[in-house]
Amino acid sequence: MIRRPIEAVGRATLTFVAELGGIARFAAAVVRALLTPPVRARPFLNELFKLGVLSLVIICVSGLAVGMVLGLQGYNTLARFGAEQSLGAVVGLSLVRELGPVLTALLTTGRAGSATAAEIGTMVTTQQLDGLRMMSVDPIDFVVAPRALAMVAVMPLLGALFIVCGIFGGYFVGVHLMGLDGGVYLSSLENSIDFHDDVAQSLVKTVVFGALVGLIATWRGYASVPTSAGVSTATTSTVVVSSVTILLFDYVITSLWGV
Amino acid sequence: MRTSPIRDFLVGCFVLIGLGALAWLSLSVGGLSLGSSHGLVLYANFTQIAGLKPRAPVVIAGVKVGDVESITLGKQYAARVRMVVEPTLELPIDTSASIVTAGLLGDRYVELQPGGDAQLLRSGEEIGFTEPAMQLERLIGKFIHQTDVGGGSGEKGADEKGKE
Amino acid sequence: MATAPADPHVLLEAVRMAFGNREVFRRLDCSFPRGRISCVLGGSGSGKSTILRLIGGLIRPQAGRVVVDGEDVTGLSERALVELRRKIGMMFQGGALLDAETVFDNLAFPLREHTRQTQTEIAARVRETLAAVGLRGVDDLLPNELSGGMMRRVALARALIMRPVICLCDEPFSGLDPVSVRLIEGLFQRVNAESGITMIVVSHDVRSTRRIADHIVLLLPGGEAVEGAPDVLREHADARVRAFLTDEVDSAAVEAAARAAEERTVGRPA
Repeated sequence: MIRRPIEAVGRATLTFVAELGGIARFAAAVVRALLTPPVRARPFLNELFKLGVLSLVIICVSGLAVGMVLGLQGYNTLARFGAEQSLGAVVGLSLVRELGPVLTALLTTGRAGSATAAEIGTMVTTQQLDGLRMMSVDPIDFVVAPRALAMVAVMPLLGALFIVCGIFGGYFVGVHLMGLDGGVYLSSLENSIDFHDDVAQSLVKTVVFGALVGLIATWRGYASVPTSAGVSTATTSTVVVSSVTILLFDYVITSLWGV
Repeated sequence: MRTSPIRDFLVGCFVLIGLGALAWLSLSVGGLSLGSSHGLVLYANFTQIAGLKPRAPVVIAGVKVGDVESITLGKQYAARVRMVVEPTLELPIDTSASIVTAGLLGDRYVELQPGGDAQLLRSGEEIGFTEPAMQLERLIGKFIHQTDVGGGSGEKGADEKGKE
Repeated sequence: MATAPADPHVLLEAVRMAFGNREVFRRLDCSFPRGRISCVLGGSGSGKSTILRLIGGLIRPQAGRVVVDGEDVTGLSERALVELRRKIGMMFQGGALLDAETVFDNLAFPLREHTRQTQTEIAARVRETLAAVGLRGVDDLLPNELSGGMMRRVALARALIMRPVICLCDEPFSGLDPVSVRLIEGLFQRVNAESGITMIVVSHDVRSTRRIADHIVLLLPGGEAVEGAPDVLREHADARVRAFLTDEVDSAAVEAAARAAEERTVGRPA
């Protein structure tokens, strides 16, 4: 009776460890492919377009909306203590340290990570990857590596855009709607945010998140079962696994930064 | 992939906008100075800094002229504050520095009071005359203590002015 | 039971291949003659495509040897396989063309990857190969803009563009109208006659097989193979073999074959 659940736990653990090993070997193969010639500039640029340019609108709109909400909530809370002058600091710090990197990574996972997993999964299903292998081209080098690298490259840029949009959203609410002085908002922002403590942390987070999402999305697509159900599983699990991993690593990086 | 110049152009725009946003965050908002310490470096020792933090402004007559760069514990348990101010600033050697508070409970910053000496401070030199931070909570404590006991010890423990 | 060709270009010896618990071949022996068109026949799930994947080194058998052009594939490293695969062209069932690239780029891709030819040389070779499969003016189309027959021809062109000595074709006739089927058959025969390339065609289409095959490998339920020239196999002692190859089907034999296939399939997802 009692053996069943224990067996299930054991099997789940084994599966998890095997999965971890699989993704580690995959990551090593991707890094090796990136470090050895040939350099795949054309696929990389195409991925920059798909992952970056096409995510631009959702990132900017979300950033603006989040900044405006932060401005509104922050202003009302701060006004109780007569500290409206610190609105810039509140909006800026929360955006730069946490909300910017995390929300950007989550949005990009949904927008671009899922698309990448589905695309590679479809290539597996239609034997395009086997086709590449038979042409003596390593699919990790040609298909996976440019996508993973593009995700790493795109994430800090999208994160910075998200934060800037958010800061302007907060500025709009605080200054234009609530009547705060624009100079007060900006000086509070500039005085509270430090490059090393905040901006660099934000940058490191986005790069790490980019690597995680890039790796998980391509791995899920690459290892997907060659059926339409397999592709859909790959897409879903990319979003789920990436989101959880992002939040986990966010905590780890924040605590390691010691701020 | 059909190669498309418009697509490449859009990618270029995206990278430029993204890098611009990063640069603005780093340089303007984050206050990263390219080529660090590109200014007049001054040191000052305070017996009490009471919440002065790195990056706090350094002002003369209310005008910001630089930042506190770092704070370390110096000789005789004094706080050694390293400041970077604008390189064009000409400060006499008898300039004094004090830590003041913006408002009653606001942030602390360093105020410089230029003296009248003909000799000027050079980069890396130390400001001789300093005034430590006023600690409101300690003052209040003393005040309560005095009224309770009624007269008494006076200001025996008042912070000594400047450095020995 | 097999009448093996005298000069095999590709040889499978005592191959055991299983995916998880599902055993496809227990001990498979078959061979493919040099410079001829060989067809692999068999029912669904009999492991026809698996044979091609074994020959291409995409999968490795649990036991046995796969010898391609005098070289044992089973023990080769990935790097050595890269060298071997230059001798092999493969035409996949769905075409497996890169769907983000144009027809021209799909064909030029292996040339750009593995040769130092100039753009003009590449363009000339692409045009020449496309003309050989009877296509013109499709350079700038994307794979999803092609009809099924055109897609197969482009896939064949891509398999041939590196001038391999062996061409593997996975279900080249499935889902095509009779005219397109005859066209592809004609192409196979012409390519084979002109370049003397060894062609291994996997198909379940008995009519096409009868028209083009010089040599037939018939996979029977149970994971064994019968091979030989078409005429020889049609007179084969085993009723199942005759049933597969003749139009005058012995209904009892078909039923027996179906039952055998069913037994093998039971307990396994379709």
